[in-house]
Amino acid sequence: MFEQDIRYLKYKTHLSCYCPLCKKTFNEEKQHEKSLIFNGSYKKQDVLLKLSPYLDVFDIKTSIPIGPEEVLDDLICPKCKESLVKKDKHCEECGNPVGEVIVSAYAKLIPFYFCLKVGCEWHGISKEDARSIKIKIPRQAMPEQDQRLRVENFQEVPFGFTSELAALEAGRCLQCKNAKCIEGCPVNIDIPGFIRLITEEKFDDAAKKIKETNILPAICGRVCPQESQCEALCIVGNKGEPVAIGRLERFVADFERKRDLVTVPDITVDTGKKIAVIGSGPGGLTVAADMRQLGYGVTIFEALHETGGVLTYGIPEFRLPKNIVKFEIEYLKKLGCHIELNHVIGNILTVDELLEHFDAAYIGVGAGLPWFMGLEGESFGNIFSANEFLTRMNLMKAYKFPEYDTPMPRGHKVIVIGGGNVAMDCARTAIRTGSDDVTIVYRRSRTELPAREEEVHHAEEEGINFRLLTSPVKYLGTDSNMVKGMECISMELGEPDASGRRRPVPVDDSNFILDCDLVVVAIGNGPNPIIFQSATDIKLNKRGYVEVNPKTNETSKENVYAGGDIVTGSSTVIEAMGAGRIAARAMHAKLSAKPKKKKKVAK
Amino acid sequence: MFQIVKKMEMAKSTIIRFDISAPKIAKKIKAGQFVIIRVNETGERIPLTVADKDEFAGIITIIFQVVGKTTALMRTFNEGDFFLDVVGPLGRAAEVEKTGTVLMVGGGTGVAILYHVAKAFKEAGNFVINIIGAQDKDMLILENEMRTISDELVITTDDGSYGTRGFVTMPLEKYLTERSDIKLVYAIGPIIMMKNVCKLTKKFNMPTMVSLNPIMIDGTGMCGGCRVKVNNEIKFCCVDGPDFDGHVVDFDELEKRNSIYSKDEKESLLYSIK
Repeated sequence: MFEQDIRYLKYKTHLSCYCPLCKKTFNEEKQHEKSLIFNGSYKKQDVLLKLSPYLDVFDIKTSIPIGPEEVLDDLICPKCKESLVKKDKHCEECGNPVGEVIVSAYAKLIPFYFCLKVGCEWHGISKEDARSIKIKIPRQAMPEQDQRLRVENFQEVPFGFTSELAALEAGRCLQCKNAKCIEGCPVNIDIPGFIRLITEEKFDDAAKKIKETNILPAICGRVCPQESQCEALCIVGNKGEPVAIGRLERFVADFERKRDLVTVPDITVDTGKKIAVIGSGPGGLTVAADMRQLGYGVTIFEALHETGGVLTYGIPEFRLPKNIVKFEIEYLKKLGCHIELNHVIGNILTVDELLEHFDAAYIGVGAGLPWFMGLEGESFGNIFSANEFLTRMNLMKAYKFPEYDTPMPRGHKVIVIGGGNVAMDCARTAIRTGSDDVTIVYRRSRTELPAREEEVHHAEEEGINFRLLTSPVKYLGTDSNMVKGMECISMELGEPDASGRRRPVPVDDSNFILDCDLVVVAIGNGPNPIIFQSATDIKLNKRGYVEVNPKTNETSKENVYAGGDIVTGSSTVIEAMGAGRIAARAMHAKLSAKPKKKKKVAK
Repeated sequence: MFQIVKKMEMAKSTIIRFDISAPKIAKKIKAGQFVIIRVNETGERIPLTVADKDEFAGIITIIFQVVGKTTALMRTFNEGDFFLDVVGPLGRAAEVEKTGTVLMVGGGTGVAILYHVAKAFKEAGNFVINIIGAQDKDMLILENEMRTISDELVITTDDGSYGTRGFVTMPLEKYLTERSDIKLVYAIGPIIMMKNVCKLTKKFNMPTMVSLNPIMIDGTGMCGGCRVKVNNEIKFCCVDGPDFDGHVVDFDELEKRNSIYSKDEKESLLYSIK
């Protein structure tokens, strides 16, 4: 397709443009004004060139006046300071020197030339170049908040890709026929499909492509562990870094939302049947959306006063802005899902009572019961479970105390026990609420940290200390029963255990004391028993999690399905969504196969 | 939104009673269970005991003492006003069986829950002896209500301005010494009161249930803020309780934990006055 001249790129095509030498982008976006920035020289004077990134208005703005018909001496990349003037090439109209940049278009990266003479409109690509284009673009980083500033606010850290960066990154995708990345995704998003639409700059179509299989792309793009899912299987990643699938997913979802391009599909089918969804976390939302689109009446029951489950109370604002979660839930409401807040199922209604009104129920209540270590002194003041710490901060907005009434847990020297994403969230929340010193205590070494590398990296950047190979033994308290220290023991790594990670073993006589005035215990959660206190016919395993048929996610109780953390123990947002999807498919298969009347006769 | 249908001030306006329209909760709530209320958008979630319900009218009765910002704010609410969120029922219901004679002890605002539980014991066919205490005559609540459900009622005040002078433990000790048919003691009130009741009943080897009311946020077992040590195990009040065997509850630890937020409570109250 590249036999065609770049001049045939559609009118007002937006150029993503970068240096052929250092591969850095020229695109800049300041106060909604998009431009391409170059250095150059004119009559031996340095000039700054600002070009419009649209093909039809490719004019040059300089800091000093240059008359028409004048020619620039040189064109320089502002990042690597190398000259961009292509020696063996000249303008095909006026014969003056040309500058070379790389643009991303038609899912390819192409060298692109333009004339250095002011007013000359020639720009283009010659056919011989079009054949031999194979430029290696590095994985694009997302612009993010400065680390010194961000520890003082709760705003999101990465700003997300600009459309140029997205197009540039999308250009790295090989568009594999049998794309491995799709297999790595628990909800099997057509990844090459949506990336191709990005390269064609059809951003809203790309968002719709994702939404065919994933209703929460803005959330998944932010919190999925892509590096161990889709990106882990990316072929580009075999020799270098994989395509940043998560960042692209996030970009298109944000694009669609910010430009108000989200459309709600009309639901034309009505099966006359109703589904109860217990828990409004990611799994419950997926079941609700899927079943609603299939024509079922859906009611979501949420125990708290806000929807979203862990997306709302658990993941902090700076990692997942709550307005995004709210937006996604509004979408479900527009689809026609009904939401009942403040409903603790098991207490206000039992599962049996639900089944009197609904044809099936999905239990997606998560693993909500925090674990403690049972150490001496664990009841001292200012020792919190991660759930409590995060619930106070996120759900109850204690970081805005006293404007909001829930008191904020405050400490100068904070210790967070644990090495998962939740531990990173707690530590990074603590540093944002003015703690002087935040330390993560983890019993294995850095390589075993279960948190995402990105989260660990952000935590380190923000000045969080890591006490690795360290385990708490007991707490010390003040006279007024507040925690003041933690006795720890050093660990070393022994033989691998059942999880394949090397087992930490205490080092004899290595006890020492860490001062602290606030501790967050982030060592995981167990299953919440409330719902099963009245639903005794739902079979649980030894650890209290629900047993399900893995093919359908149906529990031992007919027409009751379950998925997410309440089945697997603490896992990820996307795994919960995947489980919800399996259940929705099975529910639909069963309910559409069996007429409603028959069920009543059987009873 | 949940509408207040009736408001009553008691004990020199330090204890407030609201009847709230909450039909779904009224239908389900049992003695010993509680609700969590969030007054408005910036409010905290506070656990409140339910003193009574009217299933047919769809009404629950909450009674609370004004201690911090939220309860002070709630006092300003009137009949016809709304609370933003009411969640419940929460916690496990009190285990009410026909056992014979039960001795119920309540102090301060604890009498509100005691009323609900004692009523249930009475309805189950037990002989119910109630001992209720307050600082002085003005601080005593629900006297008439308690009288209607008591087979015997003893009232104590710390200053002797009404009933017997002294603490609830005095008549309790007398009953335990004199009556041999008492099968169970049920105590609800300030931690110090429950602690002393348990100390006493332990001497008599008398099974004792207590109802605990520690710091809570979500009330669904999620935060672990309400953890208490029972029999040296960590239990969560909101899912394992609020009723526990009083003889194995670590009251000292509970006392310490409940004192933790008093400073913040003051700051929050000051902010609201400004």
